[in-house]
Amino acid sequence: MSATLEVRNLRTHFFTRAGVVKAVDGVSFTVGRGKVMGLVGESGSGKTVTGFSIIGLVDAPGRVVEGEILYQGRNLAKLSEEEMRSLRGNRIAMIFQDPMMTLNPVLRVDTQMIETVLAHEKVSKEEARQRARDALGMVGIPSPDERLKSYPHQFSGGMRQRVAIAIALLHRPELIIADEPTTALDVTIQGQILAEVQKLAANTGTSLIWITHDLSVVAGLADDIAVMYAGRVVEDGPVSEVLDRPLHPYTHGLIGSVPSRNKRGEPLRQIPGMTPSLLKLPAGCAFRARCPRADEACLAEQKLEELLPGRHARCAHPHKDEVPA
Amino acid sequence: MTVYLLRRISQSFLVLIAMSIIVFVGVYAVGDPVEILISPDADQMERERAIQALGLDLPLWEQYAVFVWRALQGDLGRSFVYNEPALQLILQKMPATLELAFGSMFISILIGLPLGMYAGLKPDSAGSKLIMAGSILGFSLPTFWVGLMLIMVFAVQLGWLPSTGRGDTAYFLGLQWSFLTTNGLSHLLMPAVNLALFKISLVIRLTRSGVRETMLMDYVKFARAKGLSPSRVTFVHVFKNILIPVVTVVGLELGSTIAFSVVTESVFAWPGMGKLIIDSINVLDRPVIVAYLLIIVVMFITINLIVDLLYSALDPRVRLEGKA
Repeated sequence: MSATLEVRNLRTHFFTRAGVVKAVDGVSFTVGRGKVMGLVGESGSGKTVTGFSIIGLVDAPGRVVEGEILYQGRNLAKLSEEEMRSLRGNRIAMIFQDPMMTLNPVLRVDTQMIETVLAHEKVSKEEARQRARDALGMVGIPSPDERLKSYPHQFSGGMRQRVAIAIALLHRPELIIADEPTTALDVTIQGQILAEVQKLAANTGTSLIWITHDLSVVAGLADDIAVMYAGRVVEDGPVSEVLDRPLHPYTHGLIGSVPSRNKRGEPLRQIPGMTPSLLKLPAGCAFRARCPRADEACLAEQKLEELLPGRHARCAHPHKDEVPA
Repeated sequence: MTVYLLRRISQSFLVLIAMSIIVFVGVYAVGDPVEILISPDADQMERERAIQALGLDLPLWEQYAVFVWRALQGDLGRSFVYNEPALQLILQKMPATLELAFGSMFISILIGLPLGMYAGLKPDSAGSKLIMAGSILGFSLPTFWVGLMLIMVFAVQLGWLPSTGRGDTAYFLGLQWSFLTTNGLSHLLMPAVNLALFKISLVIRLTRSGVRETMLMDYVKFARAKGLSPSRVTFVHVFKNILIPVVTVVGLELGSTIAFSVVTESVFAWPGMGKLIIDSINVLDRPVIVAYLLIIVVMFITINLIVDLLYSALDPRVRLEGKA
């Protein structure tokens, strides 16, 4: 069984006037067929840029400077813009964070769906409309025929995200990159969308990269997880193992910060400090300044090493022999 | 929609009434036409008779009442100077100004939109910088000077284009139009370009900033993520969004071009309304001034209404049935 996507040592840098921002700096992970991969990290950790790098939508002044993005054996980083375009929205689709902003306000929903069908397949407009209607039905939008003729502002946020998901599903892609698609929605809608996506992924064999900062979402949805910090993967592995027994102090802190795990009346636990500026990252471990375990050993460059079977972490002092917090 | 239109039209009448009072009082305050119209040699009897004939002996409010009463019957008064109905006088000159204004508008959109799109899509290219520098010139060079330069180069030195007048005209809808004959078109070209320079710059800048803003929107990135071709993204997703500000400004510009293209009309001796109004102000031909300003008000109201209707066609979020 081959993987749907294999990212190897991806580096995406932004060449700004103030200097080079290493938004993604050596990220590697694998997404198996029909698997859900959770990409977790704080704001600015490079998870969104990783998603855009895969689908080839990194805009100037940024660019993929190194690494391979192997999709069914083809290196996406080396494809021409035209080849990449034929994959985009077709074999690899993306869902964005803010559903209020992803649909064009001045175009009707049917226009925006039909154009997606026609961009990749030579079918009649009528057939494209049928497909659009079926896709809307599939994501649970009632009376899809009428809704096709609506404009985006006539939908609620949750409904718009369903439309965006329907658009992503139009060509039954092998891979969907979902960039915090439920963050902007309220909790009940979030639950519905998650259940919907999980069902669809299971039915169609689509692989998912689910980008989020919300560990509880990942816990229920993902098979594997990769935790990013300052442009790098600091820990990865099967989701239940990582969450039960985090190796990296950063993952440890993240899990500790989830409010429901704190006891009532006690002050909420948090990771001190803030994410470092990507413009001037210190040598060695980037988490050093915020880490309770840091010492001289952390000044050296850390490698992502297999510490337990199937589990990698990039740390000099991992939580290796401890019981879960 | 019908409710909306009815409300807009009734609002327009209020504006019209307010405007007519302001104009009437304003023109009354500017000066006494009697001093200019009646020869200084005339004796007291002749003066009295003339003043009475023009209706200038009545108090202001009565003059206004007479004016309104006649206006409701479609009579905006007779010109003191030409002794012709003011309305007819203005309407005769209107086609010349209209074709000049629409011609310049057409040129500014034809040139401004593509250049603005280019400058917005490739903001760092040398071409874009050239376009933006050029648009500063278009903004800042005075119209009369550019007009004279155009005449000097294309009429005097190269002899390609005629410098004055409307040329041959043809009848259409009972009015005379220059743009229907090639000779007329050649006369129209230079004044239209002269009038368009400022507007080209305006459209370029508006389009460019609109494109740059829209390109950063999530829906453009999403459109690209759907695998659409770059031309579809640009000409459908971006273009439709930038049209809204462009339509607003171009609409308002059209109004002010029709109303105030005086300078260009003078430089090219273009027999339009602008020249008529300046001449009328010089001799204090009150009925013509008042009629002209009221026509302009009606025109602005109409243009604004059309712009609002276009809005609702361009932007589905604008609902005309909503509260005013």
